[in-house]
Amino acid sequence: MPRAPQHTSSGTLGNSFERRSILIGGLQTGLGVLLAARMGWIGLVQNAKYETLAESNRVNLTLVPPRRGAILDRNNVQLASNRIEFRIDIIPERLVDADATMAELTRLLNLTPVEVQDLQDKIDKGHGYQPIEVISGLYPEQYDKVLVRLPDMPGVIAQQGFARWYPTGPSVGHLAGYVGPASAKDYEAERNPLLVTPGFKIGKDGLEKQFEKELRGTPGAQRVEVTASGKFVRDLDKRDDVPGQPIKLTIDSALQDFAARRCGTESAAVVVIDCITGGILALVSMPAFDPNAFAGGIGRLQWKMLNEDDHIPLLNKALRGLYPPGSTMKPMASLALQMHGVDPDERVNCRGGYQLGNRFFRCDAVHGLLDMRGAIEHSCNTYFWSMAHRVGYDAIAPVAKLLGLGQQFELPGSSQRYGTVPDAAWKMRRYKQEWTAADSLNASIGQGYVSVSPLQLAVMTSRIASGRNLTPSLIFGQEKAAGPALPFTAEQLRVAHDGMFNVVNGSGTGAGSRIDIGGIKMAGKTGTAQVRALTARGGGGAWKARDHALFVCYAPTDAPRYAMSVVVEHGTFGARAAAPIAKDVLTFLFDPETALARLAELEKSWGGTPTERLAAKYRAYETQFGTSAPKVGDGDVVKEAVVRAEKSEAATETPASSPVANRPEEPASIPASAPPAPAPPAPASAATPVPR
Amino acid sequence: MSRRIVPEAISREPWQVLIPLLALNSFGSVVLYSAAGGHLYPWALLHEIHFVVFLLMAFVISRFPRDFFKQVAYPAFGTLVVLLVLVEVLGKVSGGSQRWLNLGFMQLQPSELMKPAIVLALAKFYDALPPAMTKSWRALLPAGALVGVPALLVMAQPDLGTGLAITIGAGVVIFLAGLPMAWFAGVGAAVAVAVPVAYNFLLKPYQQSRVTIFLDPESDPLGKGYHITQSKIAIGSGGLWGKGFGNGSQSHLEYLPEAHTDFAFATMAEEWGILGGLFVLAVFVWVLRWGMGVSRRAPDRFSSLLAAGMTFTIFFYMAINMMMVMGLAPVVGIPLPWISHGGSSMMTNMICIGTIMAVDRWSKGTRSLGN
Repeated sequence: MPRAPQHTSSGTLGNSFERRSILIGGLQTGLGVLLAARMGWIGLVQNAKYETLAESNRVNLTLVPPRRGAILDRNNVQLASNRIEFRIDIIPERLVDADATMAELTRLLNLTPVEVQDLQDKIDKGHGYQPIEVISGLYPEQYDKVLVRLPDMPGVIAQQGFARWYPTGPSVGHLAGYVGPASAKDYEAERNPLLVTPGFKIGKDGLEKQFEKELRGTPGAQRVEVTASGKFVRDLDKRDDVPGQPIKLTIDSALQDFAARRCGTESAAVVVIDCITGGILALVSMPAFDPNAFAGGIGRLQWKMLNEDDHIPLLNKALRGLYPPGSTMKPMASLALQMHGVDPDERVNCRGGYQLGNRFFRCDAVHGLLDMRGAIEHSCNTYFWSMAHRVGYDAIAPVAKLLGLGQQFELPGSSQRYGTVPDAAWKMRRYKQEWTAADSLNASIGQGYVSVSPLQLAVMTSRIASGRNLTPSLIFGQEKAAGPALPFTAEQLRVAHDGMFNVVNGSGTGAGSRIDIGGIKMAGKTGTAQVRALTARGGGGAWKARDHALFVCYAPTDAPRYAMSVVVEHGTFGARAAAPIAKDVLTFLFDPETALARLAELEKSWGGTPTERLAAKYRAYETQFGTSAPKVGDGDVVKEAVVRAEKSEAATETPASSPVANRPEEPASIPASAPPAPAPPAPASAATPVPR
Repeated sequence: MSRRIVPEAISREPWQVLIPLLALNSFGSVVLYSAAGGHLYPWALLHEIHFVVFLLMAFVISRFPRDFFKQVAYPAFGTLVVLLVLVEVLGKVSGGSQRWLNLGFMQLQPSELMKPAIVLALAKFYDALPPAMTKSWRALLPAGALVGVPALLVMAQPDLGTGLAITIGAGVVIFLAGLPMAWFAGVGAAVAVAVPVAYNFLLKPYQQSRVTIFLDPESDPLGKGYHITQSKIAIGSGGLWGKGFGNGSQSHLEYLPEAHTDFAFATMAEEWGILGGLFVLAVFVWVLRWGMGVSRRAPDRFSSLLAAGMTFTIFFYMAINMMMVMGLAPVVGIPLPWISHGGSSMMTNMICIGTIMAVDRWSKGTRSLGN
């Protein structure tokens, strides 16, 4: 500051300039020192921190989803495998201009309005950080079209990777389950970055879900240099994935596929068990969903289609469907009777029914004098009613349980429902009612309160056929040891075997499905189970009101190797709907060419294989409903739908308050080609016990 | 350099400054060459051409006599004010803010040229002002008007950085002109009060955060703090020696925004480390010391104010840019002289150099054009 001269001259100004310029210079120097110090602080002291940051900028670590372990059949044929595919995903959070990107993808990939709608649903439902599959299984040309546009579409990921593939599609839907993108819940539970890696799928149902840990494998990793906008610069290094463990099943893939296809348009379940090991060779429930179509998430039309189908494709009927076994119980009952001292040669005169107190239980026909073998062969209810009345139903229920009915087995995959083998204690517990003699009669012919699963029927058949306490198993090489020996003598078993042999090869109810492949014959037992108390029997009426058709069998008869159960929901008569399926499936085991030729013919009339029919149905739905289908709900919709379906079935199929009596074992008219059936049943006027 | 061999006209030039400047500029070209992925285009070659062209311009400027500078001071200033208004009007017409006029071969930013022009105008004003009036309001009010009009026009563009550069460059000239220290203390106090008030009441929250984000860029590393965060990563990861020429991942992989303009220093520091940074800093210290020296040796008030103002203009560019890239100042669009790519700022800085060279000539009593 000037020393306060009264007069400011150019000299004083010059001095002032000199001092002030030194001040300015000092400030500048100070700032220079500050800048140098700052540089040293950032570049030397904090160097390590910033080096790390620069490196994490530069390097992008991407996980490579591991190849999922295969699901193999007993011959190492792949039921579920991996195939290379081109796919496009988006990560909604990273989209810069979501609308423009979607429009561009729609254009590049020719997405249909339905596909766009399903995609939008998935985006709305997911959390922003979860990758959403736009499309998979792209052709290379389509893929390339997207690839070149990628730099302009941040948040879009195009990649080539492995995808789950089920070669036989719907045939293994219920058996294998399916895979799908991990849900937000899955991710939050596991907090594994692999779960939000595009292309990674998690087991959602069945074996895929249960063996998730074994099947998953270890992801590979790829270190890639990327620009700020995520553009790939170069590969740095790569670690290969470790594929998941394969799972080998006792299933015979070809048999599984054949049986599934042979079910045709019916709602049916087929279970085939190896009579030597107890291994399950086929576990079929049709119609089924195509697990390949579920991999990218379930679309609206897909969902509508599944929900509107009264054949309930989401329900695994082989394990979770419960049906009154009807007359398929009779061979088992014959063993129970023998155990309690009934002489198999003792004859009962069937005069068309059985009188219990003041009620008359009507049989299918007037069978006349029948011994135990004949009663099985002709499915005579009168015989079993009178014998059951003699020994008491309490003698029969334990044997039913002993042979697997009402039992739950230790099997991986979908859980089982074990149904009911009723007895007095059960009825009191459930209905607070006394057990009546009529209940015994109903139960002794597999009606009334009795309900079993197709798996249980197959197990029962395998135990009767082999005489051993076989335990079903599904994992190859881990067949379960047979349980304690069954308390039946060879002679007792012979009676049941003879009866079943005659059902098919004699003049019995299953004669229409007789086979003879180089001396190999089958033995079986038909069953027709009433669905509702008061409906016209057999084939008439609405589909839902028709009887269930059942058939159990084994072959070869001299040295049982395969035991099978077939249940056709609302299939009318066991002999008409279920036995022919069993016949063809057994034929396939011994003479595949003949069986396949016959199947090809049948499929022509059904409109193709199940996969083809599903695809055609989807196209029809697309044309009919377009984008008008309602949204698929949140959460575990599949599980909820199955529970709903089971509840609605239980309501129609447990006519517990009005136990029913018998069902005729044969249709009024057997197909013309079948051998003449003895004593065609007189049309019964009532299905319920008739009070007299 | 022997004066016997080299002609006087050449040996007289301040090579002790021009050669370091050439080195600095060439270093800038090397950085830009690397930033372009090892190509002369689009920046490095043009950067060098800019330097040569504007160095020639500086030589020409340095030949003009003092009287010429005095004569053009107000007309040049007036012309630029008109151009600033014109830019503003054009911007309004074309819908959007515009800062430049397209001259065909380059885009002219009148606000850039205003920085030396305001220094020249103020030097002329205080030269003409009788010393006795230095302590009166007549020393301040016209000067205030000279600064206020262009500064407000530029800030309205809106270009806060250049507006501040004009204001502070002018403030330094006024300070050096010898106005009472108490006034500056008063202004300083007023600013100290006004800034928080303006910050709290005039700025909207998003503007506030834009100003203060540099204090904590990591709080929003992908948003407002992105520039500073990435710049610090570039400088910090370079360490002492740098990652080596062409190895800067931050710039090459485009993490560093404006790697060839405002953040060119970070691009440089990543590859050349602190040593490169110290070299740049040293050249600036050398050039600025020379400028202040010229100013102090200047034969008269006009010349010394002119040289000091020009020196400070260069300093302001450098200081704000380097503080910005190192996270000591908010992000304002001010390039680093001779390193950052850009014709307008190169021209401004070379005008400053040319003017200081002219003052240098006057003080050595060498002949100027028409003198």
